[in-house]
Amino acid sequence: MTTADSSLAPRCGPAWRTPAVVFALGLAAWWLLPDQLGLVTRIAFTALFVLSLDLVVGVAGMATLGHAALFGAGAYAAGIFALRVHPDPLAGLAIGIVAGSLIALASGAFLLRYRGFTFLMLTIALAQIALSLAQKARDWTGGDDGLTGFTMGPLLGRFAFDLEGRTAALYALVVLTLALYVARRVTDSPFGLAVRGIHENRARMAALGTPVFVRLLTIYTLAGALAGAAGALAAQTNAIVGLDSLSFALSAEALVMLILGGAGRLHGAIIGAVLFTLLHHTASSINPYHWLFVVGGALMFVVLVPPQRAWAWLRSRLGAHESRPVPAVTQEELA
Amino acid sequence: MTAVLEALGLEKHFGGLHVTRNVSLRLGAGDRLALIGPNGAGKTTLVNLISGVLKPSAGSIWLAGAAVTQRSQAQRVRAGLARTFQLTTLAPQLPVQRQVQLALFEREGLTGRAWRSVDAYPALATEASALLIDFGLDKYASLATGLLAYGEQRLVEMALAMALRPRVLLLDEPMAGVPQSEGARLLDALARLPKDLAVLIIEHDMDLVFRFAQRIVVLAEGAVLADGSPEEIRVDPKVRTAYLGH
Repeated sequence: MTTADSSLAPRCGPAWRTPAVVFALGLAAWWLLPDQLGLVTRIAFTALFVLSLDLVVGVAGMATLGHAALFGAGAYAAGIFALRVHPDPLAGLAIGIVAGSLIALASGAFLLRYRGFTFLMLTIALAQIALSLAQKARDWTGGDDGLTGFTMGPLLGRFAFDLEGRTAALYALVVLTLALYVARRVTDSPFGLAVRGIHENRARMAALGTPVFVRLLTIYTLAGALAGAAGALAAQTNAIVGLDSLSFALSAEALVMLILGGAGRLHGAIIGAVLFTLLHHTASSINPYHWLFVVGGALMFVVLVPPQRAWAWLRSRLGAHESRPVPAVTQEELA
Repeated sequence: MTAVLEALGLEKHFGGLHVTRNVSLRLGAGDRLALIGPNGAGKTTLVNLISGVLKPSAGSIWLAGAAVTQRSQAQRVRAGLARTFQLTTLAPQLPVQRQVQLALFEREGLTGRAWRSVDAYPALATEASALLIDFGLDKYASLATGLLAYGEQRLVEMALAMALRPRVLLLDEPMAGVPQSEGARLLDALARLPKDLAVLIIEHDMDLVFRFAQRIVVLAEGAVLADGSPEEIRVDPKVRTAYLGH
C-alpha cells in the first residue's frame, strides 16, 4: 500500500490562536482607551453573546431569533443571585451559565424537533413567552422598572469593581477569551465536526449513524451556557437587568452582528460585535435619530458584496499586485 | 448459513398508497443481490425501510440474527448496515478527508468527544487517507467535497459506507447520473468490495446488474415478481413482460 501524503490532509490551526489575538487586542484597547472602558466591556459581553449565537446559527445551521431568552436567563439569574444570595461575581457568573444552559436544554428538547421556518417561529414565540413571564414576575425581576439594587463584591475577593470600569472591562475580556477558547476547541473536535456535518446534510449524518438530535441538543445547551455567561456579565457590569435583555430586538441585533462578521467561523462573531457596537456608538453620537441608516447600509454591503470581491477591490485601491493563490487541484483536473 | 440481513413480509402504506407488499429478502455474507424493477416499483422505499429511514407498516427486519425493526437508523448502522443514496448525499463544504474522518469517528463512537481536536486522532487520520487512496481520491483530500465531479462524489459515498466497516451494504443506484467516462472507476470500486460483504444493489444499468449480481430480485408495484439467478431472470417471461417490455 502506498503511504498517504500528509501534506494533502486538512489540519486545524491551534485553538489558542484566535483567543490570544482577541485578548491581546482587547488588552490594548483596555490600556489605550481608559475613557472608553464601558464600551470595551459592552463589546466583550456582546461578542460573547454573538459567539454563542454562532454556535447555533453558523456551526449547527439553525437560524434563531429567540437567542435573547438565553441571554436574559443568565442576566436575571446573575442579578437575582447578587441581590438575594451573594454578591460574588464568579459565583454569579456560574449561576448565569447554569441558568442559560438549563433554559437551552429544556427549550432545545422541544425546539430542535423542528427545522427551518417552524424552528425560527418557535424560537421567537418562546422568547416572547420568556419576556412576558419576566414582565409579570415583578417581585423577582422588577418588571418594567428592571432589576436593580444589587452591587457586586470584589472579583476573587481582591479586585473591586471601580467607577472607571477597569476591573469590569478586564473581567469581561477574560471571560470572552476563555469562552472563545472553549468554543474553538469544541468546534475543532469530532463532536464539532459532526455538528457541522449535520448543518450541511442531515440525511448523510443519519446514514453515518449520528444521533442527530442529541448532537444538536448538546451544542444548543453549550450555546445556552455562553449566552448565559454573556447575560451574567452584562448584569454584573451594568448593575441593572432590564426587560430589553429578553427582547426580540436583542435577538435580531445579534443575528445582524453575526452576518456582519461572517457566520460559522467564531472569530466572525467577534468582528461583527465589534463593528456593530462601534458603528452604533459613533453613528448614534453623531446623529441619534438616523444611525440605523448606517447599520442598514453596512449590512446591505456585507450581504450583497461577496468577500472575495471586496478584498480584490480593497487590494486594487491599495495598489497591491493581483496575485491569486494557486489551488492545489485545478478545475481542469476535477472535470 | 445464517443470514446477515433478513426482511420478512415487509409492508408499507402511505395513506391509501400501498408501496411495499409482502416483500421478503435474505442476504448471507458475501452475497451480491440486485434489486431491479421499473420506476415506481418501490425499490428505494425498500432500501429506506431496511436502513431505518422509514418504519414498515408490517413485517420485520433482522440484522445478523437480531431484530432491528424498531431500531433507529443510527442503531442499525452500529449493527453493521451501511448505505449510499440515489442522489449523492454528502456535506458539500467539508473537505473530502474530513468527511471520511467523520465516518470513522462515528464508527468508533467518538463524535460525542468535544475537547480534543480532530487532528489528535492520528490512527483514524491515517485510516481515512488509506481509504481515500483505495478509492483514488487522495489528491482531493483537502478539497471541499462539493467541488468534485459527480462520479467522484459517488466514490466518496462508497468510501464513507466502507469506512463504517459494514457487514451489509445497500447501494441505491450507484451509477445513476454518472457519465460513461467516469463509470469505469465506479465499476472497479464495486468489483473490489470485500468478498465477505453482503451487498444489495439497486441499479438500472442491466449490463452491470447481470455481471455483478449472483441473485436478482425483480420488484413490480411493490411486490416481488421474481427471484432467481441472473440466468433464470433473463428468461423469465413474467419479467420480460413487466420490466423489459418485450
